[in-house]
Amino acid sequence: MSKITSLADLRRIKEEVQSKIKLRENSDNPEQVVQVKVGMATCGIASGAREIMKYFVEELEQQAVDAVVTQTGCMGYCYAEPTVEVILPHKAPVVFGFVTKTKAEEIIDTYIKKGKLIDGIIPITFKTIDE
Amino acid sequence: MKTLADHILDIVQNSIRANATLIEIIVEEDKKNDLCILLIGDNGCGMSAEVLEKVTNPFFTTRKTRKVGLGLSLLKQNAEMANGRFNIRSELNKGTEVEATFQLSHFDRPELGEVWDIFYLTMLANKNVEIIYGHKTNKGSYKISSTEIRENTGGVSLQQTEIREAITDLIKNNITDIQ
Repeated sequence: MSKITSLADLRRIKEEVQSKIKLRENSDNPEQVVQVKVGMATCGIASGAREIMKYFVEELEQQAVDAVVTQTGCMGYCYAEPTVEVILPHKAPVVFGFVTKTKAEEIIDTYIKKGKLIDGIIPITFKTIDE
Repeated sequence: MKTLADHILDIVQNSIRANATLIEIIVEEDKKNDLCILLIGDNGCGMSAEVLEKVTNPFFTTRKTRKVGLGLSLLKQNAEMANGRFNIRSELNKGTEVEATFQLSHFDRPELGEVWDIFYLTMLANKNVEIIYGHKTNKGSYKISSTEIRENTGGVSLQQTEIREAITDLIKNNITDIQ
C-alpha cells in the first residue's frame, strides 16, 4: 500500500472502504448501538485511559460490534481509573473501574457480547465519605 | 503525564468542557533556538480574572466530582522543570489560550508522544467540535483540521479500521517529513 501523505490519499482509502462495506444503519441512532465512554479527565489520562480507548476502538471494530466509543469527564472515581461506562441498548449504564487491556477484553467478550455482568463494576449508588 | 501528547489530550478536555466549537493545537519544535512550544487555544466560555488567578492551584477545580484540579498544574510543573514557562490567557465568553514552553533538549522535557492518536481520539469523540492541529519545525509546517478529514471520509465510520489507520498515518507521515 502506498504511503498516505495527503487528504486526497485519505479520500481514496475512504472510497475503497466504502465500496467494500455496507453502510451502518444504526450509526446515527445511539439508542440502538453499544456506547462505550472512557473517562478522559486528568486522572484517567494519567492512568492510561488513552490506551484503553484506543483498544476499545480497535477491538470493537475488529470484532464487528456496532458500537460508538467516546470520551467522558471525571466521574469522581479517580482511585479506580481508568473507568469505562458501557451502555448496552435499552439497558442502564454500567461503570467498570481499574480497566486494563485484559479487563477491556473481558468486558467486550462477556458483558458487551453476552450481556453477562462481570467483576469490577462500580455501584452507581457509591458515595464518597463526605457526600 | 508521560508525554506532551497526554498533556494536550488533557488540556483539550478543558476546552471541550468550556463548550468550545473550535480548538487549535499548535506544537512548535524549534531546534535553532532549542525551544518546544505547546499552544492550545479555544473559543469556549473562557474564565473570569478571578478564576484565572486560581487555575494553576492544584486544589482548585470547577468540578463537583472531586476536589483537586491537576491538569494545568501538572503542565505548568513539567514546563518549569524543563527550563520553560507556562502562560494562560482567557477572556469571558471569548475563549482561552494555554501556552507552555519547554527547552527542547532538556532532560526533563517529556517526549512528544503519539499526537496523531490524540487528534484521532478527540475528533472521534467530539463530532461537533472543529479541531485543528498544527506542527511547526525548522524544516516546515503542517496543518490539519478535523473538518477537512470529515469532508474526505463522509459516509464511512471513522472507527473503520482502514480509515483509522489512514488518518493516523496521514498525520504521522507529514510530521515525520518535517523532522
